[in-house]
Amino acid sequence: MSDLPKPDEFLDTIDHKPPPKGWMDTPTQIKPGMYCYASNPKSVEYVGLPNARQWNPLDDDWGLPENWRQILHEGFKERLDRFRSIKVFMDICVRCGACADKCHFFIGTGDPKNMPVLRAELLRSVYRNDFTTVGKIFGRLNGSRKMTLDVLKEWWYYLFQCTECRRCSVFCPYGIDTAEITIMGRELLNLLGLNIDWIATPVANCYRTGNHLGIQPHAYKDMLDFFVDDIEEVTGVRVEPSFNKKGADVLFITPSGDVFADPGTYTAMGYLILFHYLKDMGLDITWSTYASEGGNFGFFTSHEMMKRLNSKMYAEAKRLGVKWILGGECGHMWRVIHQYMDTMNGPADFMETPVSPITGTRFENAASTKMVHIAEFLADLIKHGKLNLDPSRNDHLKVTYHDSCNPARGMGLLDEPRYVIQNVCNHFYEMPPNTIREQTFCCGSGSGLNAGEDMELRMAGGLPRANAVKYVHEKHGVNMLSCVCAIDRAVLPALMEYWVPEVDVTGLCELVANALIIPGEKKKTTDLRGEDLPGMEDEDV
Amino acid sequence: MNENYMFSLMAVILLFLLAVLGVDGFGLYSFFGIFVPYLSFAVFVGFFLYRVIGWARSPVPFRIPTTCGQGKSLPWIKHAPIDNPSTTGGVVVRMLLEIVLFRSLFRNVKLQFRERGAKIFYDWELWLWIAALAFHWAFFAVVVRHLRFFTEPTPGFVKFFEYMDSFFRVEILTDVVQIGLPAMFISGFVLLVAVVYLLLRRMFIPKVKYISLSSDYFPLFLIIAIAVSGILMRYVSKVDIVSVKAFTLSLVKLSPALPEGVGTIFYVHLFLVCVLLVYFPFSKLMHMGGVFMSPTRNLANNTRMKRHVNPWNYPVDVHTYEEYEEEFRDKMIEAGLPVEKGE
Repeated sequence: MSDLPKPDEFLDTIDHKPPPKGWMDTPTQIKPGMYCYASNPKSVEYVGLPNARQWNPLDDDWGLPENWRQILHEGFKERLDRFRSIKVFMDICVRCGACADKCHFFIGTGDPKNMPVLRAELLRSVYRNDFTTVGKIFGRLNGSRKMTLDVLKEWWYYLFQCTECRRCSVFCPYGIDTAEITIMGRELLNLLGLNIDWIATPVANCYRTGNHLGIQPHAYKDMLDFFVDDIEEVTGVRVEPSFNKKGADVLFITPSGDVFADPGTYTAMGYLILFHYLKDMGLDITWSTYASEGGNFGFFTSHEMMKRLNSKMYAEAKRLGVKWILGGECGHMWRVIHQYMDTMNGPADFMETPVSPITGTRFENAASTKMVHIAEFLADLIKHGKLNLDPSRNDHLKVTYHDSCNPARGMGLLDEPRYVIQNVCNHFYEMPPNTIREQTFCCGSGSGLNAGEDMELRMAGGLPRANAVKYVHEKHGVNMLSCVCAIDRAVLPALMEYWVPEVDVTGLCELVANALIIPGEKKKTTDLRGEDLPGMEDEDV
Repeated sequence: MNENYMFSLMAVILLFLLAVLGVDGFGLYSFFGIFVPYLSFAVFVGFFLYRVIGWARSPVPFRIPTTCGQGKSLPWIKHAPIDNPSTTGGVVVRMLLEIVLFRSLFRNVKLQFRERGAKIFYDWELWLWIAALAFHWAFFAVVVRHLRFFTEPTPGFVKFFEYMDSFFRVEILTDVVQIGLPAMFISGFVLLVAVVYLLLRRMFIPKVKYISLSSDYFPLFLIIAIAVSGILMRYVSKVDIVSVKAFTLSLVKLSPALPEGVGTIFYVHLFLVCVLLVYFPFSKLMHMGGVFMSPTRNLANNTRMKRHVNPWNYPVDVHTYEEYEEEFRDKMIEAGLPVEKGE
């Protein structure tokens, strides 16, 4: 982050006034700090995607195949025939501009091509030229242009400055969804081997080892065993997770990010503690090393890649013979599960409608997919009084909640996590209404943009979220930002450190685990992070 | 000066001159009065359907509603049945609110940077919503009112619309000014004011100007010209409505008979409307049909309850558990993880 200007200077450079010259006449400059490195050919090759080669976005020559225009044109046509969404969205935008200032990247960069309408026009201009008669006749007057190498580079640059968060789609009078346009655009770019490595390599890893980080089965178990030791140190209780267990009732799948890096690791510990707590009450749950990834960077590559990676969930559930699947805290993972999984890889008729073994609640809302969100599962447990909670253990925290884009706008998971937080914390404050729930602002690093080299882009994209956190930090002294997304947990700490350094980041299950009174626990003096609990710190000394 | 709106303005002026010249200069009454209207109507209907059918031919492989409220989950969690519908009924209400009241546009906020620090604000911004609503409803009312010209006897709902439209009737009858006869229809004036606002907005709000194409200005200028010519005809030149109706009815009955003494302005008005009809199906104005077909709005959010079928779902290459275990079996056994094929 050393290259970044000071936050105040950063803010001063943001200018939302568009340049005098039209956007078609403004060439795209690929700026360091604003893009992610090109895909590693080994990763592209491993999953059999086209045009694997070493390339650099800053080079003039991108190593494209001879007939790249034809590949793009035919790819575009195929997708227009397959997706009504893209066909309708190419045709009906009236450019009213309602979406323009709704995008976190536009707010944070001021770059007019980050207005959702223009991001889409980058594709539409080519669509009009290639697929409409009027576009062909009237050319630029109708906003058409030919595909050129410069246009292709512009696509690449701006399609990887969109996190597919769908906030613009909430405000669009026709529901035009830029995520849909970006998904399609990236799919086309992948036909030419133009992915970023922060997506391509996790995809290859996930295909091979079952998770984005490439953690092999024995190492995965090792990492969880470390958590088991840490948990024992803090609580005095030894938890015993099971792995790849045939005949378990429930399969648990969560993003691998949470077993890998702080503060996600505390959320992973939270899962372990919760499952231990519920074991005696009848929960027979297993982790899987094969389906050890909840997230799906295939979703940021193509619909086909998404399906290929996602297939492991049902395949593993079938192999182990579980009754249903419980899913951990993750953002885009839940959009894939909620809106795509059953359609792509179902029907999941080898499982049963999920029933909580503790409360007996039937999750009718997951009757077909057979997969329940941990926030739903927890909310049900708390509602039935099945968790012995002491929220005062979280009294040192003033908590706010960040709705992750995908659960908010691709699912509607809004009140379950809030209900849980309010039962495990005494101090909860909402951010302003225009920045939460369906209007939530993205972390600025979703959809595979959570690399290190694009830090300036991430700080810009995360500005609206950070600004809202700063507001409650200043007003209520909020010092903890909670979320239900592993990418959030990986990227928000850097965002907070830059814009609101006094605020930390946590997952839902970490808060729950800290408040949970576990039978047989020792007198707790610290939370899972090893930080002293208020009022308890002296007694041990 | 902006080439985009200048071009569109020139185009509309040219079309206006074309009609004047054609009718006044060359006396092409049949061409402008009969041929063009029939042709434009056929183009409009034909290509409108062609476009809608074109969209409909592409399937909806995934159920991707944008959820704008709490989803249906546990029975005790209050769910937003309209903004995040789980049933067809909810979807119908959501679509109605979207189409009739522009629900999504109603959410509009405006970004404001104020000084430094936590100073980014989002103020509720309703002008676009108000103008858009006024424009579309007024346009609708004008179209319904015009049905009088194409029906005999005039249907009740058209009369009702006219009655509502002239409800706030102003009558100033003096020797100098006479306002109120014929009855003033508010819709025409609301339409004109709203469309002018939408145009000025495009010309003067920098962001909106930046994204606007010629094809955004053209329909605005065209509709302004249509509204102005219509208003002039009704309130200033006071065109002979009886002969106009006789003419339009003759078109409907497919035995066209040109009207006598309706003046050039009538032909101009008619021609510009025909241009709009022809332009419509090839332009963004097709949002009228498209709004019904947007998969982020017209589907229920029930994908975990009911399976949505993708008609072109095809099998893909996957990395099976067997392949996975094959690669890592030794390490798995060493770590004490269960395996399918023992040592």
